[in-house]
Amino acid sequence: MIDEESLGDITLGSTVLGAGGGGDPYVGMLLAREAIRKNGPIALVDVEEVPDDANVVFIAGTGAPGVLIEKLPRAAEYERVLLELERFTGKKFDYVCSGEAGGLNGITPFITAGALGLPVIDADGMGRAFPALDLVTPTLYGGSTTPMVLTDEHDNTMYLEAESNLWAEDYARAATAASGACAAMAIYPMTGAQAKAWLVRGALSLAVEIGRSIRRAREAQVSPVQAVVDGQRGVLLFAGKVEEVDRRNEGGWTMGTAQLSGLDEDAGRSLVLNFQNENLAAIRDGQVIATTPDLIMCLELDSGEPIPSEEIRFGYRVAVIGLPADAHWRTPDGIALAGPRRFGYDMEFTPIEEFVR
Amino acid sequence: MSLRIGIDVGGTNTDAAVLKGTEVIAATKVITSDDVTTGILTALTEVLEGLEPSDVDSVFIGTTHFINAIAQAKNLDKVAAVRLATPPQTLLPMIDWPEKLLAAVNGGVYICAGGSQYDGRPLNPVDEDALRAAAREIKASGVRRIALSAVFSVVNDEPEKLAERILQEELPEATITRSTLVGRTGILERENATILNAALLTLADRVVEALEDVIARVGITAPILLSQNDGTVMTLETARLFPIFTIASGPTNSMRGAALLTGIRDGVVVDVGGTTTDVGMLRHGFPREATVAMSLAGVRSNFSIPDVLSLALGGGTIIGDDGESVGPESVGHRIVREARVFGGETLTFTDVAVAGGAEPIGNASAVSGLDQAVVDRALAIAGDRVLQAVDKAKLTGADTPIIVVGGGASLLAPVPGLDHAVIPANAGVANAVGAAFAEAGGEVDRVFALEGTTRAEILKEAREEATARAIEAGADPEQVRIITSEDIPLTHLPSGAAVHVRVKAVGPFLSPVLVAEGE
Repeated sequence: MIDEESLGDITLGSTVLGAGGGGDPYVGMLLAREAIRKNGPIALVDVEEVPDDANVVFIAGTGAPGVLIEKLPRAAEYERVLLELERFTGKKFDYVCSGEAGGLNGITPFITAGALGLPVIDADGMGRAFPALDLVTPTLYGGSTTPMVLTDEHDNTMYLEAESNLWAEDYARAATAASGACAAMAIYPMTGAQAKAWLVRGALSLAVEIGRSIRRAREAQVSPVQAVVDGQRGVLLFAGKVEEVDRRNEGGWTMGTAQLSGLDEDAGRSLVLNFQNENLAAIRDGQVIATTPDLIMCLELDSGEPIPSEEIRFGYRVAVIGLPADAHWRTPDGIALAGPRRFGYDMEFTPIEEFVR
Repeated sequence: MSLRIGIDVGGTNTDAAVLKGTEVIAATKVITSDDVTTGILTALTEVLEGLEPSDVDSVFIGTTHFINAIAQAKNLDKVAAVRLATPPQTLLPMIDWPEKLLAAVNGGVYICAGGSQYDGRPLNPVDEDALRAAAREIKASGVRRIALSAVFSVVNDEPEKLAERILQEELPEATITRSTLVGRTGILERENATILNAALLTLADRVVEALEDVIARVGITAPILLSQNDGTVMTLETARLFPIFTIASGPTNSMRGAALLTGIRDGVVVDVGGTTTDVGMLRHGFPREATVAMSLAGVRSNFSIPDVLSLALGGGTIIGDDGESVGPESVGHRIVREARVFGGETLTFTDVAVAGGAEPIGNASAVSGLDQAVVDRALAIAGDRVLQAVDKAKLTGADTPIIVVGGGASLLAPVPGLDHAVIPANAGVANAVGAAFAEAGGEVDRVFALEGTTRAEILKEAREEATARAIEAGADPEQVRIITSEDIPLTHLPSGAAVHVRVKAVGPFLSPVLVAEGE
């Protein structure tokens, strides 16, 4: 069960899994907390417990992070979006699931689940955050974004059937812009059997675990950064200060680089972090040391507070850590879909296990 | 003779300094009184001895009145929060507040249709009938402070202004604080700041009158200005309307004072108090600002406050008898009884510093028999901690000057590794000196639509607007400079649709008299 306390851990942990993107889950946490206060704790179930013939769907918020902190998402859209999908498909959905455990969308399924009394599956389609709808593990196995529904707070609803997941992404993006950059979606309807075969298992309990280890490390006054690295087979890639940030907007994405100079053990070294919403490649002294689909994230050096790429600024003192991506992503198909070349970086995928300090 | 007086009211001490030009000609430190103003009166009486009150041409005050009221949830007004958005909202104003503060301030929440999209287009037409109905309910409830907000009012404040007119028509006796005048992008945080501001208004009236009264009692007729969080000042008339802008002025004043006392504009400031040492970075003579959302007595807010690292090291820090442990416990204000130099039994950082050669405090002979090895060990540990913090605060590996200020500044003189640190004269009252040298500032912080323009043009426009606001606030047009300039694109919008810009301009006062008189 997910109650108020574990919701706090999920919120923190999903920001870490956001790997620089995914949006600030604070607003999502407040929405889910309201749902829990109104309807009681929400069941989180292992994907193994889901019957093969059950209907499952991803619930996700879409919009610009800078808009969602001003035009606040409402519970009504997260409830309506699933009812409209049921009307559109003629199917009853038994479980909701997160498409993206990293950031805001690690939390949004709980808003729908709380309102409609449904359980949430402990899995997701990324094990992290990515900036596009097709970048989910179901795409690797022929899963389809549509039929999907998108709703906004002005009572507009889009019912979509698309020829491919890339087309679905384009239409959803256009609809999101038309809504004023804040909408709710129900996407990738699938069966329980497909969920078992396609999804990243345990993604939400992973978020809880990461959040809890940061909270407990803070309470015990030990390094939260070390706690995350040790608990998740991760590596500390770099400790440094942010010297310069170059950010620009291309095609709706926050693109850019952050340059860091080393502290402590890394004194005298430099690191360049490349991001497109999410952090996608880390280059130390000219050498690629980590790339997508592995997770690269910045945590504030002392507090362990995750710092998204929209917020990283001159003067931050951060630990750059790497966590291994889920096995679904580390296949040739997975790397072709979400590896560095997908994002225009002319480099090979470099598993973080190969990193040498 | 033209004199400036700076006063900094802290939790423990009230400091005052008289400056002639940039020279400190009198300074004092007294205990902060419970009513605050008695302490100010004592301090002023001391520093004015032998001076003519009529020679004082301005008084600058930094005070903890308002942050104390919020922290203790005392002396606050009930506030009705009105939000223009798409009803019904799920996340209501004051949603994440601590219970005690909520109980003291919550005077009702009202959601009416209105607000704007990210590019300034209307979100919903402003619902005049709903606003009038809300006003009638507020009237019946007896609440007379209103905090008014609207979705994306930072991009387009017309809906908020229209709602203000409607509410004021129905409730002429109410005071309305508009969110756009208080906070930045992020409606919950902006609303929080707006509501807290509205809750402080009765106290603000009382504080302003008390300050005017105490300054008049010592015979000063010069204008009084209050320090703000960002190192700039406001008039008392503005303070009556926007007390929230003064709540984090303490650390800012110390850092500004360090810059003035040394002439160093870029460096690390180490502010040594009784229990803690604060380390922060000066850039262009102003503290570098914190970049994360901060919690104000448990309420999320997005003010600009200085980025300061706090170490558990101060004059009262308890030292283990072998010198191997330094803090984190401190005897705090009991230092005047418990430290060895004051006849007590506890070995404190003050004792080992005096034994190590710092300027004598109290009875220095009480520590002359301390084992030198113990003293050396404790000072080495303290030095390590301070230097690590200094390294973290520095922006580059290059040599950066270190300035030590605060009541315990002299204690760092014998600490190894800090031999090159500058400990200016009057370091103990750097905060009062910093208050006296607050500047006039102007800020632009909002989302701009990119349609039909470029980022460069928007930045230029924002810089011009911030400069104009600084001049309007009293800055010398010849000396206004931009100290912050940044823009962040919003994602998931059609290419380059909008950008979040923050620009801040500051400059020394042309004449504080002109500003206070509003000429």
